[in-house]
Amino acid sequence: MSTQTPNLVELRDLKVAFDGVQVLHGINLDVAHGDALGLVGESGCGKSVTWLAALGLLPGKASVTGSVRLGGMELSTAPRPVLEKVRGKRIAMIFQDPSSSLNPVLRIGRQITEALAIHRGLTGEAARAEALRLMDMVGIPDPRRRFDQYSHEFSGGQCQRLMIAIALAGEPDLLIADEPTTALDATIQAQILDLLAELKRETGMALVFISHDLGAVSQVCESVCVMYAGRIVEQGTVDQLFSEPRHPYTRGLFDAIPRLHGTRERLIPIPGTVPNPRELPRGCAFSPRCPKASNFCHTNSPRLLLQPDGSSLACVHPVEVAGTGAGKARIFEEVMQ
Amino acid sequence: MIPLIEARGLVRIYEIRKGPFSRPQPVRAVDDLSLSVMPGETVGIVGESGSGKSTLGRMLLGIDRAQAGEVIFDGRQMPPLHSQQWRALRAKMQLVYQDPLAALDRRLTISAQIGEPLDIHGIGSKEERKERVRELMGAVGLRPDQAGRYPHELSGGQRQRAVIARALAARPSLLICDEPVSALDVSIQAQVVNMLRDLQEQNGIAMVFISHDLKVVRNIADRVAVMYLGKIVEEGSSDTIFQFPRHPYTKALVSSVPVPGKRLQGRVILQGEPPNPAARPSGCAFHPRCPLATDICRTRTPELRRIETGRTAACHLLANDLAVAA
Repeated sequence: MSTQTPNLVELRDLKVAFDGVQVLHGINLDVAHGDALGLVGESGCGKSVTWLAALGLLPGKASVTGSVRLGGMELSTAPRPVLEKVRGKRIAMIFQDPSSSLNPVLRIGRQITEALAIHRGLTGEAARAEALRLMDMVGIPDPRRRFDQYSHEFSGGQCQRLMIAIALAGEPDLLIADEPTTALDATIQAQILDLLAELKRETGMALVFISHDLGAVSQVCESVCVMYAGRIVEQGTVDQLFSEPRHPYTRGLFDAIPRLHGTRERLIPIPGTVPNPRELPRGCAFSPRCPKASNFCHTNSPRLLLQPDGSSLACVHPVEVAGTGAGKARIFEEVMQ
Repeated sequence: MIPLIEARGLVRIYEIRKGPFSRPQPVRAVDDLSLSVMPGETVGIVGESGSGKSTLGRMLLGIDRAQAGEVIFDGRQMPPLHSQQWRALRAKMQLVYQDPLAALDRRLTISAQIGEPLDIHGIGSKEERKERVRELMGAVGLRPDQAGRYPHELSGGQRQRAVIARALAARPSLLICDEPVSALDVSIQAQVVNMLRDLQEQNGIAMVFISHDLKVVRNIADRVAVMYLGKIVEEGSSDTIFQFPRHPYTKALVSSVPVPGKRLQGRVILQGEPPNPAARPSGCAFHPRCPLATDICRTRTPELRRIETGRTAACHLLANDLAVAA
């Protein structure tokens, strides 16, 4: 969030509407070189839509306004050939379900070399050698033997590794990982998170990690954006947000996570559900579910404001910083471990 | 007190073919497994995909037939699938799946679906059924005005509430929940978990709660069984099993749970792939991924045995009192 160095990607007032229903209400977001940014929130909060819109991947019926700049180049108005040079090359994306992103009738090696040919012009032996190197890098054992296999011959975790290999083929500046570990077993999820953190360290690429799992986000990210109903409601470093969540929604997300250790307690849910974008409540979209909402919240929509500690917050009744609640102490305890 | 349901030496073998002409290969989904559930008790079953959790749940209900072993429900042997007695017994044991949209009929209103078990088992008069449906909807937190809604008009959490209401309609004594909250957001998940706990306590229902999410299981179950490749490898009270895991696999599972604010460093990340039941390793099935495996682990299958009060585990290193260093 510093303005000294030019950011890699800058989203300004990004808005998206489907059939006249607005789902994204002006997103401002910066990703610096080598940054690791987490995007969290419940399903339907606009986490994925933000990046699909930024890359021009939404269907034609979506109307997208605002500005998306990549290293000084405007993407929102860029013609298709320019966008295609960016997508997969400078900005790569991986998705939740790896087996449906891979082509079932093409050999894995061919799918990786295809990306190498498109983005780096590598062909023949050079492409094969590079593909084997990538497979080795993402932790596929015995890549030579597995080069000619099909995606069904790989497990779910390995398919996700292969997706990451294809994404890395263009040597991207930014990798967008959209719920990359949600469909995987916990042990495999830990492996993939470990791999992403390691690749980020080695290649220096920036990472945007979209997830509803706060635990997973805190493993690989340095800063976090919390989204609710198409808006950013809180933004800060992992340490700030995890030790002292200020927005009642962020706090609610933390409190809802069941604890593995300690005494068995009743879980603390957030009442109600994410509002339908067609029937957004007046005022703050979170106010109907918020324990701290006042009359003001039901009529006025709070703006995202910069806080003294460098974080941003969109709430007029934030959770007390020096709170004495047991919940706060509990979160803090785990950060300290 | 006798167990409500008891499984003894259950075995389930599926046959799979790799291609149309290849010889079928046996896959031992559940392998000589015994488990008992007391009335009103919640037993959690955890493990990775392919460990046989769901097959076990289906076998407890008698939907999947056991090739060996038996299931005793309420002191009596499980009647054969689709028999008259089995159908009657099904009123007493119900199943809740992961995907509520697939479990509901899209063309029926939710009140009709919640009342369906009452129709099937001929419980109560028409008026009483209507009253019971109203009562159930209230118990799971659905509004009366939602009675006429169709499944697609409800959110994921509301659909799962409807499925649970339907499962409770015939006042079962056993509820088998197969990943009931895995598809829900964490905020909604907490709502449904609390509700399940309340309903269970109020009605004294026994529950088998199958999930890969250790955190949820810890908060709902009294006792937990950890499965690996069709076998239980560790079993104990939910208060202690995750806090002091003894089996190396349980340790790895606990360590892989991401805790908010805790960095990756210092965690045991289990290497290797989730086990393939079609290619079961010799000896202890966990040995290829086990950091502590010795020669005996590669050749001999460890028995499930008591290692401390209220705790059983299947591990050579534990059985020989070479306690695994913490």
